[in-house]
Amino acid sequence: MSCALLLLLTSLALAMGTGAAVEIQRPRGVPQSKRQFYEENKPFTCLDGSSTIPFDRVNDDYCDCRDGSDEPGTAACPNGSFHCSNAGFRPAFIPSSRINDGICDCCDTTDEYNSGATCQNTCREMGRKERESLQIMAEITKEGFLLKQQLIHEAKRGQEDKQVRSGGKVEALRTVKETAEDPEKGAKERHLKSWEEQKELIRMEKDKTRMAEAFLELDDDSDGYVSVAELQSHLELDPDSDGSLTETETQVRCLLFLPLKSREDFYHTSKLQGCKLVPPTVQTPEKRGDDELSMPPYDTETQSLIDGAYSHLNLEKEIGFDFGPSAEFAYLYSQCYELSTSEYIYRLCPFNRVSQKPKFGGSETNLGLWGQWAGPEDNLYSMMKYDHGQGCWQGPNRSTTVKLTCGKETVVTSTSEPSRCEYLMEFTTPAVCQEPASLDEVLHGHTEL
Amino acid sequence: MISNYIIFYILLWLAVFLSGTWAVDRGNFKTCDQSAFCKRQRALKPGQSPYRALLETLELTNTKLTLQLINDNNKVRLLLELYRLQGNMTRVKINELKPLKPRFEVPDVLINDPPTEPLSLLSQDENGVVLSLGADSQWLIVSAKPFRLDIMEGREVLLSLNSRGLLAFEHLRIRKDTAEWVLNVVCPGWLFSPTGPSSISLDFSLPGVEHVYGIPEHADSLKLKTTDGGDPYRLFNLDVFQYELFNPMALYGAIPVMLSHSAQRTMGIFWLNAAETWVDISSNTAGKTVFGQMLDYVQGSSETPQTDVRWISESGIIDVFIMLGPTPTDVFSQYASLTGTQAFPPLSALAYHQCRWNYNDQEDVAAVDQGFDEHDIPYDFIWLDIEHTDGKRYFTWDPHKFPQPKDMLQGLMDKRRKMVTIVDPHIKVDSSYKIHNEIRSKGFYVKNKDGGDYEGWCWPGNSGYPDFTNPEMRAWWASMFAYDQYAGSMENMYTWNDMNEPSVFNGPEVTMHKDALHGNWENRDLHNLYGLYVQMATAEGLIERSGGVERPFVLTRAFFAGSQRYGAVWTGDNTAEWEHLKISIPMCLSLGLVGVSFCGADVGGFFKSPSTELLVRWYQTGAYQPFFRAHAHLDTPRREPWLFGPENTALIREAVRQRYALLPYWYQLFYHAHHSGQPVMRPLWVEYPQDTATFSMDDQFLLGRDLLVHPVTEEGGRGVTAYLPGKGEVWFDVHTFQKHNGAQNLYIPVTISSIPVFQRGGSIIPRKARVRRSSSCMEHDPYTLFVALSPKRFAQGELYIDDGHTFNFDKQKQFIHRRLSFANKALSSRNLAPGSQFITPSWIEKIVILGASKPSKATLKTPDGKENLLEFEFDASMSVLTLRKPGVNAGVDWTVVLQ
Repeated sequence: MSCALLLLLTSLALAMGTGAAVEIQRPRGVPQSKRQFYEENKPFTCLDGSSTIPFDRVNDDYCDCRDGSDEPGTAACPNGSFHCSNAGFRPAFIPSSRINDGICDCCDTTDEYNSGATCQNTCREMGRKERESLQIMAEITKEGFLLKQQLIHEAKRGQEDKQVRSGGKVEALRTVKETAEDPEKGAKERHLKSWEEQKELIRMEKDKTRMAEAFLELDDDSDGYVSVAELQSHLELDPDSDGSLTETETQVRCLLFLPLKSREDFYHTSKLQGCKLVPPTVQTPEKRGDDELSMPPYDTETQSLIDGAYSHLNLEKEIGFDFGPSAEFAYLYSQCYELSTSEYIYRLCPFNRVSQKPKFGGSETNLGLWGQWAGPEDNLYSMMKYDHGQGCWQGPNRSTTVKLTCGKETVVTSTSEPSRCEYLMEFTTPAVCQEPASLDEVLHGHTEL
Repeated sequence: MISNYIIFYILLWLAVFLSGTWAVDRGNFKTCDQSAFCKRQRALKPGQSPYRALLETLELTNTKLTLQLINDNNKVRLLLELYRLQGNMTRVKINELKPLKPRFEVPDVLINDPPTEPLSLLSQDENGVVLSLGADSQWLIVSAKPFRLDIMEGREVLLSLNSRGLLAFEHLRIRKDTAEWVLNVVCPGWLFSPTGPSSISLDFSLPGVEHVYGIPEHADSLKLKTTDGGDPYRLFNLDVFQYELFNPMALYGAIPVMLSHSAQRTMGIFWLNAAETWVDISSNTAGKTVFGQMLDYVQGSSETPQTDVRWISESGIIDVFIMLGPTPTDVFSQYASLTGTQAFPPLSALAYHQCRWNYNDQEDVAAVDQGFDEHDIPYDFIWLDIEHTDGKRYFTWDPHKFPQPKDMLQGLMDKRRKMVTIVDPHIKVDSSYKIHNEIRSKGFYVKNKDGGDYEGWCWPGNSGYPDFTNPEMRAWWASMFAYDQYAGSMENMYTWNDMNEPSVFNGPEVTMHKDALHGNWENRDLHNLYGLYVQMATAEGLIERSGGVERPFVLTRAFFAGSQRYGAVWTGDNTAEWEHLKISIPMCLSLGLVGVSFCGADVGGFFKSPSTELLVRWYQTGAYQPFFRAHAHLDTPRREPWLFGPENTALIREAVRQRYALLPYWYQLFYHAHHSGQPVMRPLWVEYPQDTATFSMDDQFLLGRDLLVHPVTEEGGRGVTAYLPGKGEVWFDVHTFQKHNGAQNLYIPVTISSIPVFQRGGSIIPRKARVRRSSSCMEHDPYTLFVALSPKRFAQGELYIDDGHTFNFDKQKQFIHRRLSFANKALSSRNLAPGSQFITPSWIEKIVILGASKPSKATLKTPDGKENLLEFEFDASMSVLTLRKPGVNAGVDWTVVLQ
């Protein structure tokens, strides 16, 4: 019954059974900071001021205040919150709906006082672990920050070198570039737009071409017919990567070439002799050398504008990147970092591209080209975005988000694909290490002892 | 060099082949013209039937009447059996008198041999016989030449059979060396039966009827359309890739039950046949029905509107149940008495389900679970699609992605949440796969016509299809769900049966060859039953693994009449488009009318990516539909509810919370669906059968009798017009408590947060206001009662409580079922089930009375004779009286008196 829940005043010290300092009594679920609003035996005014109720209606398991403030220690108010002191660890607020729901949320067990759930007080243990990891983090941050200073120093020197090499004229160059850029920009945009329109057409044509190429490559003896043997000789088609193509797997591959109607016929007429296929017809398959579509050359006028602007191209390119407030990320430029998983080798070349290569043969897939820094406003340099990677079937182009965390070493620590063709990579580097607060500060800032 | 991108382009091509232009490839699926028997049958035009009843063969026993029919053209005789069934139903069976071999009769769909009532012969002459159907002055007239049947009540014809002379019965014969035989050899995929064509057809005329419903599954309006000039509605379980809306093409499931409705009467026709079936509907408002001589004395009005229906099936027999109503409720009860009622799901299955093809690994599952807590959104089930398995071998786990399934399940259990894993009925042909080896060695696979194991392509590549029609196979399958067989499973893990039409990628119409053999029967004979059996065996497995204690939860895509007994159904692979959101309403309403209450559509749409607005609206709609699960295709971007910014997260959270708060009412509705076969989600006409304005409505619906929902399903919707039925009734907006009069079209301005829902004046709805992170966490929480007074200041409702997950409610009568009623200024709770027992810690937290006047005092009286004054608040502007904390246990008698 409800009355049983009417447990008004409770001592957190008691619940924890620790020798914590004197605990001022306050209604269950009220943080110390709001203690003064809950004065025993005086009418309670909802914290939003909406109404005043007798004090015995505080924590009486019925929601009287619109803001939920009369029930800090019960689940009665849908918008209430419960404060756990978590002595030995970090205090926390949890939604009222987690009070007595049979699940231990507060490490001091105070949220489950009437649900029958048996919770262990884990605050001390968690506090210890937290301190340990904070300590480790602090050490890493400290060392990382030192390394970062070094990186900044090196970057500075490198920049000076280059300025010397280019005759100390970087600033002058910028001015030249900016003046040259205005007309150049307009011309370039016009060119780009018409290119975008063409690109779609070209892509469609190219799909067909590639299909034809694929077929021709499979059809080793060029008889317009892909046999089992031919298919089996192409191990890159092997779906389970066991090094051989079974007849079953070959059949699947075959299927992929066939329109649905023919697939049906195929199954009714053959016990797999091979795929008899009409190679897809294309209009004069135009052999294209590389993976990426390349934009046709600019017209002469545009090109001359560009040439004018980019006469010191290499240098400009490097200078054009945002290497961080103190160029601390400059050292990553033209480096690559790899992570090997069971299936793939992932490769991050900062400010350039991310790619994935199957471990056992097959070509590299572009997971995105350098886009921009993509962290939140207050921490822009915590995330990199690489986009416009290889297109996905019925989906977007592949893209990768790289999350940067402070570390002594520069390493890719993990990759995942949370959504189809959207990759997430975790990357540690000293370049994001912040100036460490003193260890004492760190620890005390996080505990209420 | 062959490289990765080539494989990619191969896949691209496959996609194009499968999808056409991102829509169903109609060329993959047959029209009536391409279905030989349908074309043949449809070529027969209404006219004089060649069939004649041989009255001299008439035999009348206690239970049935039998009579031979003869086709005067070919002299083949048929045997007609007529039964009067208890509960106002008539069964008509027609088979060949002496078939070359037995024709298929559908087993396992009827829950018993339907009990009969005696028929009595009223009169007989050379033209026919008149039989009494017992009560209500109902008669059955058998006319001899041409043969026809008329069911009458008084002077009114309720329904006629073969009145258009379309009874056709292709008798089995020894196959001749005909063109068809040649085709058999040349086109082995489109096999013809070895005993020649065997299709059957019969027509039904429904005088006075303009509205017919049912025969799901079709992506079409609630009211069925006439099929003149187009294809008939097709019933043939198929895996249709990206189905189109508003057409009669077959989809994943088939329930051959049609309801007819007019302001005077509701009836049903249950055509018990599991072969490919087509249904033609024509409406005759101009033509006059030709009545037989026996009916001459009846003053048939030529002005009467009439609907004519014709059923065509590829094989089997004619076995029709005519459910004579007369009310919608009666028809639901009648149908339930034949095929059973909705399985009573575990309460948590009525909560929110989070699904995606696929949650990638254990870490992903944990992160999504955590995401719900971080954003304070409740959910009960997280689902794993096919990628969780080891190479699409069901009952297994991918060893890299899900190395510790029990740890994962325990993690969910610690949060009082659950999981569903997929188990499809195609089994990878792989000699290192235990399940395959056992099925093969036991001979449990469906066979091809040559006696070898039938094989086809599905997700795992080459696959076998277990013969679920075999009871031994089903028993074995069920045993595979035992905890020691299904490694890594735990009691909080349930099952999803997909692809059970069955889907065969390289089969004709992406399904099984019709000449595949299930024992002695061809797939042709029982095709539409396969999916039902898969779910039946799976549900049985979940029951058995708990020693018969726990209620199962199994979701199926394919279904047939009777599937309601085994779990839930969803509308398959829909698309993230507004029209698909809209069609979810008529699709689930149609299923509800024919027994399947536990229906839902993929929230958000399976294919493609929804706009944020569509996703929010879909959550809002899905929150008020029975099966509430978000699902998404593998290739779509992630769409967990918190990925669209804090405002949209809040909107989705609110929709899900509304669902959770209403769970006590949902549970009670499902208890009734289980108990008496009444649908949970209902078209308005079911409760307002005389209000013709409601007959075609399918953009709004009722939950039970008491909630009316008109979700916003228009992009950029600024308002909806809801029809509030019931002259002299009132409806209360459940959010604002604003009162509106019935029998009006009400324009409701809406914002993105609006979900227009109304509570009927005269009803009492229990809710749980303390929404927690899963329904299990809310088990012992107190109730808030919403009492909406009728203009006569009366209201009635119920409260049903049990343990939420076992069969104890049934086997040990452990439940609470109470009648809540408000009359004469007193609200009381009385026991509706004196034989039952259950103890709940839940209590009554709050009582909100809508449309009330201000009392001077409110007194709570409990059985121990105690009286307590209750505090209350009264909002005069909305006439809402809120009684503070009655605190009385929800399972006891009590009364609150207002003075």
